[in-house]
Amino acid sequence: MEKENPSVGNRRNFLIKLTSVVGGAGVAATCVPFVASMNPSSDVLAKAETDVDLSGIPPGGMHTVAWQGKPVFVLHRTPEQIKASAESNGGIDPEPDSKRVINPEWLVVVGVCTHMGCVPNKEGPGWECHCHGSQYDDSGRVVRGPAPKNLEVPPYRFAADNKIIIGKA
Amino acid sequence: MPSRIIEWIDQRFPLTSFVKHDLTDYPTPRNLSYWWNFGFLAGIVLVLQVATGIFLAMHYKADVAVSFDSIQHIMRDVNYGWLLRYMHATGASAFFFVIFIHMARTLYYGSYRAPRELLWWTGQGLLLLLMATAFMGYLLPWGQMSFWGATVITNLFRATPFIGDQVVIWLRGDYTVGDATLTRFFALHYLFPFLIIGGVLIHLVALHSVKSSNPSGIDLAAKDNIPFHPYFTIKDLYGLGVFLIVYSVFVFFMPDSLIEPANNIPANPMQTPNHIVPEWYFLPFYAILRSVPNMVGGVVAMGLSVMMFAFMPFLDRSRIPGGARYRPLYRLQYYLFLLDMLVLGYVGYVHPTDQTILVGQIATLCYFASFFFVPFISKMEERWLIKRGLPAEVVTLMKSESLEIEKRKLKHSRHNGVKS
Repeated sequence: MEKENPSVGNRRNFLIKLTSVVGGAGVAATCVPFVASMNPSSDVLAKAETDVDLSGIPPGGMHTVAWQGKPVFVLHRTPEQIKASAESNGGIDPEPDSKRVINPEWLVVVGVCTHMGCVPNKEGPGWECHCHGSQYDDSGRVVRGPAPKNLEVPPYRFAADNKIIIGKA
Repeated sequence: MPSRIIEWIDQRFPLTSFVKHDLTDYPTPRNLSYWWNFGFLAGIVLVLQVATGIFLAMHYKADVAVSFDSIQHIMRDVNYGWLLRYMHATGASAFFFVIFIHMARTLYYGSYRAPRELLWWTGQGLLLLLMATAFMGYLLPWGQMSFWGATVITNLFRATPFIGDQVVIWLRGDYTVGDATLTRFFALHYLFPFLIIGGVLIHLVALHSVKSSNPSGIDLAAKDNIPFHPYFTIKDLYGLGVFLIVYSVFVFFMPDSLIEPANNIPANPMQTPNHIVPEWYFLPFYAILRSVPNMVGGVVAMGLSVMMFAFMPFLDRSRIPGGARYRPLYRLQYYLFLLDMLVLGYVGYVHPTDQTILVGQIATLCYFASFFFVPFISKMEERWLIKRGLPAEVVTLMKSESLEIEKRKLKHSRHNGVKS
């Protein structure tokens, strides 16, 4: 029997490994369009901004508007509500009220419970989520779990005294 | 003439030998009770679900604008559409019902023990597929419960480390559950049953390799096995008759009892119903999710609670075969566990108050504790029972099993010896 050239085996091993890596990379690259196709499409991404007219909301009243398909609570707070919110620092996720508002008269928060994504109901002071019992105060801060975080403040800006645009700060 | 055709086929495909080996002459323990019917029943329900589902898909439209109305179209306008839909909706509950009994039987009789671990694990995989299929199917009517159920469950993936938010958006294809979510759930709801059929085939190959366990817990000698046909075909068919009576009572007389009234309201992303509950078969796991005050912890606990069953072959350290049959402590544990499941189910159903949250937390602890203590209790119980004395056949089986293990060890060490 002929003696094998040791470099032949090495070369074969190397080529097998190289082919496997290139083939694997090809399969991985092919997966990209499939995975990416499941991300939000352009028309979904286009609903990024929402204008809200504040003039129709009386003090103490709340409007719910849709932004990116999610409900956003716009609460016109009374002086008492502002005072109560400023005095406390929240509960589970402490944060001063001043950091959560641009104008303390207007609280704008995403109305999606940070626990499992239900829409909390306005009840008494603040909100209560009926899915799992989380409670939020009039600054949208969580005061009773299981929600881990305060209601999210979306990026928004005042376009006029009585108009805000949600989506861009 | 037919025999010549079969002969022609047999020369090219193992038809007769397959039918003999796996259907007619398949050796089955003669003492199988009706608890051994439920695997067959699950297979029948799978066929019913696929059949009704395909015909429903001919009339259903997966589009947020029309899917709720297309269900009404099926219920009112399509010939026998109401029947197909009620069979399909009731069938989902029936599927979980027979699978839960199938699993409860396995746990009671210790059928997960060696050599049936892979059989048990393929079954566990099928349970996960079934849960996923049921969950995605529930979104399709696009009612309030559909929408909020899907919202809550897709939100569970926010517990993914670092990329949680992106994962949720990717799953939904939108910032909220929307049209993209509905269409992909429909596509996958159509696909998954075929994965389940594949899984069932693997499950059956595993079963026919290790053969059925039986209520005595003792491997029966060949003389105690009888051919599957006609003895168990007839027993399974009798069980099927009883099952179909119960199923028909639900389909024809109380079809709405398993459908949440809130799901007759079209989905509204701006308003969560005051009381959202999952379908009854998810309630215990849902209660565990709610009981853990930390969000990630709750998701992990819920995932683990479904997967705990897979660990049973490792957790149960008793060498006594037959599960609860010869083991009074295991039997007690088993019934306490079932009771705990019922308590969790109740807690999952009611509106969360301080009391029910506390009860849920205690029941959740009991749930995991009952798995955690299995290794210790089973070992202790084994020592106690051996001292007290066991039936002769059980002792013989234990001896032959330990001999097998010794042999395997010896072979293994010899094998290793040669290597070194």
